[in-house]
Amino acid sequence: MDGRSTSEVQIRGVRQRFGELLAIDTTDFTVAAHERLAIVGPSGCGKSTLLFAIAGLIKPSEGSIEIGDSQTPRERLRRCALMPQKDLLFPWRSALDNAALALENRGIRRQEARRRARPLFERFGLGEFEDRSPAELSGGMRQRVAFLRTLMAEKDVLLLDEPFAALDSITRGQMQEWLLGALDAEPRTVVLVTHDVDEALVLSHRVVVFSARPGRIVLTLKTGFAHDVPRREIVTSPAFARLKEEALEALE
Amino acid sequence: MIGVESPAVRGPRWTAARRRTAGLVRTYGPAAILVIAGIALWEGLIRLLDVPDYLWPAPSVIVQSMADDADVLRSATWVTLKEVLLGFAIAIVAGLLVGVILHVSPTIRRAVYPILIGSQSIPTVVLAPVLVLVMGFNIGPKLAIIALFTFFPIVVNTVDGLGAVDRDYVRMMLTLDASRWGIFRRVEFPAALPLIFSGVRIGATYAAIGAVFGEWAGSDAGLGYEMLQAQGRLDTPQVFSAVILVTLIAVVLFAVVSVIERLTIPWARAGSTAGGASME
Repeated sequence: MDGRSTSEVQIRGVRQRFGELLAIDTTDFTVAAHERLAIVGPSGCGKSTLLFAIAGLIKPSEGSIEIGDSQTPRERLRRCALMPQKDLLFPWRSALDNAALALENRGIRRQEARRRARPLFERFGLGEFEDRSPAELSGGMRQRVAFLRTLMAEKDVLLLDEPFAALDSITRGQMQEWLLGALDAEPRTVVLVTHDVDEALVLSHRVVVFSARPGRIVLTLKTGFAHDVPRREIVTSPAFARLKEEALEALE
Repeated sequence: MIGVESPAVRGPRWTAARRRTAGLVRTYGPAAILVIAGIALWEGLIRLLDVPDYLWPAPSVIVQSMADDADVLRSATWVTLKEVLLGFAIAIVAGLLVGVILHVSPTIRRAVYPILIGSQSIPTVVLAPVLVLVMGFNIGPKLAIIALFTFFPIVVNTVDGLGAVDRDYVRMMLTLDASRWGIFRRVEFPAALPLIFSGVRIGATYAAIGAVFGEWAGSDAGLGYEMLQAQGRLDTPQVFSAVILVTLIAVVLFAVVSVIERLTIPWARAGSTAGGASME
């Protein structure tokens, strides 16, 4: 984004063990700068583990992960922001103060952090909700705030860990369209983990399908549907159905 | 939280204020009725059985005794209240401090925690005379006893609360560039506050008893001292008066802590997690 090195994510020969258990078998892939990659797989295939490894929260047992020229976990942690499945909003902070967390963590004063976060609420359809407490927001609204909090971290790489899994399917569809709009406005390198094939196909440029434990890539699909088309038309198109069929077959 | 069948269904003529009054009645009504009924029964039984005052005085006699000795009791209450407030304040500060240290350093926690729990089996009451010998015939031993009585629940709840934070929050905060201090300040400490407050509330109920024990071990003023004096004179009504005032101190302290809790962490009541819609 700025003068720093590219935000390409390279994963080479990564294996992850927990004691005797092999969670992720040898995995290689690259996510180009500003590309959106979705990882689909059954529960327990190590998808979240892989995100934690990319973020530098855990160290893979074998192999290397690089983001641009950042190699160590500590360096990678500085370049990634993680959005978990649960919104994890703090009930003692307003929506705005939750979104401004990353700024405060960097030592920016609360007033200034709030001032900088405020425009995003307007821009991403959350105007008038800034001062609400999380308990006063709907599930979808809470996830939007959680996403803004991730955006405010101003990281090159966004790691989305089943961000909408807790929502009902109608809200989830709306959130996917909203997220596409937000990412078009604020392009980032995105690694999205989900067990929802539709979501993976709609949101990403490329989908990798993981097998059950030990997780490894069994299929890669190029997607990239036009964003000016409504989601409804995409998910009902024959091209979408073909890709979905392929992905589901690989998941069996 | 309580009862879904709120008075709201009774139509718009129920103003907010009236609804609040109704809520208060529903919350405290049963306890008030029980207390009043208990006092009435007590008064009736004593009169019926003609029990002498020095054995078990009737409520009316206690009230009369309170009025007669108002000056003595007032100054005694003031002495004890001062001890309670100071001793409790020491316990809160020390409890929080030790709790945070035990949380931050696992090594210290492993070393100190078992000893701390073991120390709870020491009868603090027995220590009181020793403390008077060591610290002298002043407010010191009373504060020490109160602090020892109330310190433990505060420490334990602080340690538990700080340690109970979901790892997911910490991971998320790490990717948002939080330092160890940032995680403590913005996640662990606020998340621990509900548990810390319940520790402080439990402590509040012990503080007044601690003061009485402290005064029994050696003092020349306070409600505990007046209790002993009155007992010596077989002035049982005054013993009861002192007991009632000690209880009152405990109840008021508990209530004050509860009010501070509500003001400090209003979010804790609204159901902190999961997307529960709020009422307001």
